[in-house]
Amino acid sequence: MAWTQNVLRVNLSSGETVKEPLNMTWADSYLGQRGLASKYLAEEIDPAVDALSPDNKLIMVTGPLTGTMASTGGRYSVVTKSPLTGAIACSNSGGFIGAEIKMAGWDMIIFEGRSDTPVYLYLENQKAELLPAHDLWGTSVWETDERLHQKHQDPLIRIACVGRAAEQGNLYAGIINDLHRAAGRSGVGTVMASKNLKALVCRGTRGVGNLKDPLRFLQAAEQGKRVLAENAVTGQGLPQYGTQVLMNVINEMGAMPTRNMQDVQFEGAHNISGEAMHEPRSSDGQPNLTTNAACFGCTIACGRISTVHKGHFTVENKPQYWGASGGLEYEAAWALGSDTGVDDLDALTYANFLCNEDGFDPISFGSTLAAAMELYEMGVITQQDTDGIELKFGSAEALTRATELTARGEGFGKVLGLGSKRLCEKYGHPELSMTVKAQEFPAYDPRGIQGMGLAYATSNRGACHLRGYTVASEVLGIPEKTDPLATDGKAELVKAFQDATAVVDSSGLCVFTTFAWTLDDIAPQLDAACEGNWSTGKLLEVGERIWNLERDFNLKAGLTGKDDTLPKRLRKDAAKSGPAKGMVNELDSMLPRYYEIRGWTPQGELTAETRQRLNL
Amino acid sequence: MLRALNLEPQKCTGCLQCELACSYENEGVFNPARSRIKVFNFHDEGRFAPYTCTQCEQAWCLHACPVEAIVLNTATGAKEVREDICVGCKVCTIACPFGTVNYNQDSGKVIKCDLCGGDPWCAKACPTGAISYVDLDNTGLDRMRAWAQQRPAGPASYNTPRARATPADFTRQD
Repeated sequence: MAWTQNVLRVNLSSGETVKEPLNMTWADSYLGQRGLASKYLAEEIDPAVDALSPDNKLIMVTGPLTGTMASTGGRYSVVTKSPLTGAIACSNSGGFIGAEIKMAGWDMIIFEGRSDTPVYLYLENQKAELLPAHDLWGTSVWETDERLHQKHQDPLIRIACVGRAAEQGNLYAGIINDLHRAAGRSGVGTVMASKNLKALVCRGTRGVGNLKDPLRFLQAAEQGKRVLAENAVTGQGLPQYGTQVLMNVINEMGAMPTRNMQDVQFEGAHNISGEAMHEPRSSDGQPNLTTNAACFGCTIACGRISTVHKGHFTVENKPQYWGASGGLEYEAAWALGSDTGVDDLDALTYANFLCNEDGFDPISFGSTLAAAMELYEMGVITQQDTDGIELKFGSAEALTRATELTARGEGFGKVLGLGSKRLCEKYGHPELSMTVKAQEFPAYDPRGIQGMGLAYATSNRGACHLRGYTVASEVLGIPEKTDPLATDGKAELVKAFQDATAVVDSSGLCVFTTFAWTLDDIAPQLDAACEGNWSTGKLLEVGERIWNLERDFNLKAGLTGKDDTLPKRLRKDAAKSGPAKGMVNELDSMLPRYYEIRGWTPQGELTAETRQRLNL
Repeated sequence: MLRALNLEPQKCTGCLQCELACSYENEGVFNPARSRIKVFNFHDEGRFAPYTCTQCEQAWCLHACPVEAIVLNTATGAKEVREDICVGCKVCTIACPFGTVNYNQDSGKVIKCDLCGGDPWCAKACPTGAISYVDLDNTGLDRMRAWAQQRPAGPASYNTPRARATPADFTRQD
């Protein structure tokens, strides 16, 4: 039994904590983590609820393989209704907190209501206490982490918390664990802060055991690790360059969103690439990259640990930023870099440090800043709006100053914290917001990678690369190569990726394993660990069920098929350079087919037959 | 031939697979809190270091134990805790200069690395070779070989400045 079968329900309004048995019928239909918590959320809240009201709930959830020896088995997710998108939010994080929650004996923690005063949850195995957090409110993630470690005098506690951005109502604030791993997207941290919940502090010493067939599990896990080690991406590319291995690749194929997606190639891409992170800096001869690092149980170790040169203008006289910390992943490097036109690697690294330090999503932030820069260059906003910042594309000073203001929720940083959609609407140019369902795009321009346009438009949490990463097929040829500029077959491809990803996100494993693994590699590990039958066929069915459950939640929340779209710029303005030059995203030629194979009406609603087939 | 755990911190990524393997082999659960090997994260320096018992020849723990519960396994060289004899007095945990003998609240006994009877799971689980199980007399062999390989070819080049080691040559290179 890979589940602990324990759910902790924390009522923040009353201060009560109650232990409940996990609903195993739902576990059999939704597996764990993303799927299972989405089921709980859909059952327990009205999807139309105001995301920042006490009636919304916030669920921290592990998967059945979290805390086991399966490679990457340390993931957890945060599921809630998003204040940014109004859709269901599910943000996934690595680091060590997920395994620690499991080691303490919990599958899931459901937070409900709102505390009158700031509190944090202290979990020591099965002991759960809400403790006052007055002194922590108004402090950053890093300071909160340090103070809690001091207070509890326990170097082995793990902490997930929100920073000042979330407290100040930044709509894309995340929950940061282990200093720089993030449940980063869709504003799950904003919801946490709205409940006056500052942190989760966890110490688990019970361990994870009682697997269905331990010997078979160890063999399956071992086999899985071998596949990861022998694969070029997971065995070499990711450990050496991290996700930043993609920077030059995507730029060359003309799918690098640049300057608020006005361009599809960035002339400074090499300077902010994974390769550049290894090169000696001109300033001090040291590389930006200090080392790679693994999350719990991960045999890939794509994590970047970086150091900014002490003399760099961003950290001069700020010794708190001189140490090594979480460095640039591809998404952060793109959003903070090519989308703002800045190619100063240390400046991006510093901005990324700030995103971690105060807990906000660098993708949404970078993209929102890029929209503001475009508005500034058009003359729609001026230095009077920006607290005197000369908000020009390519300005590292503008980037770092804007990041500092956003981290603290001060002045123009408060406006940037609204996200691109609200910012562009505020200044009368909604068409400049590069978002789907109000969430900002990640680092793949869908004019150069057609399938990603459909994946973005139909993603259940707004624009996102982690809901259906057809880049794997269209660019890297995983599991098989498809033409990135073609639309034929992309509906089927997107659906297959979406369903399979929903399974991975529900298992406790990291989606990056799927550069090497298919569900055929994951099923044996799940089947050996979990009660019941977990064949690839059943997993695909579970994945499709999860996808439709999320869709159903969103429709009930008020979203419609009309929200399955892309900004006009991507559908009408042709790519200016690269292999996709002259092309737009042909969403309209993919979407009807997608609805059809999903078993939805032409308006994008679930048919009765689909509901029945998936037992929804 | 006796063998020893060879720890190479510069290769460690901090994934804790060794702790999971160790706790599973010894306790039957995945539980870093009960692992005999620990990985330390020196966060601000960007360094990780696995650490466990080195099986001292003149073992402080063994000599300190008042009931002779720590015994030498002559086949592996490991100093092993006899759980049926250990009284949980913890004197060994005080005697060990390295802190690698630890008390286990659940059992009331001490735990330490026993090299898994000659087939250490941590070494098998380590994905990067930061932990290996090698000939006790040659724990430095790989490092010697790597160092030897770095020398430029041809005797003349031994006189170039590059041939003289600097501290940077011994620190981590990624």
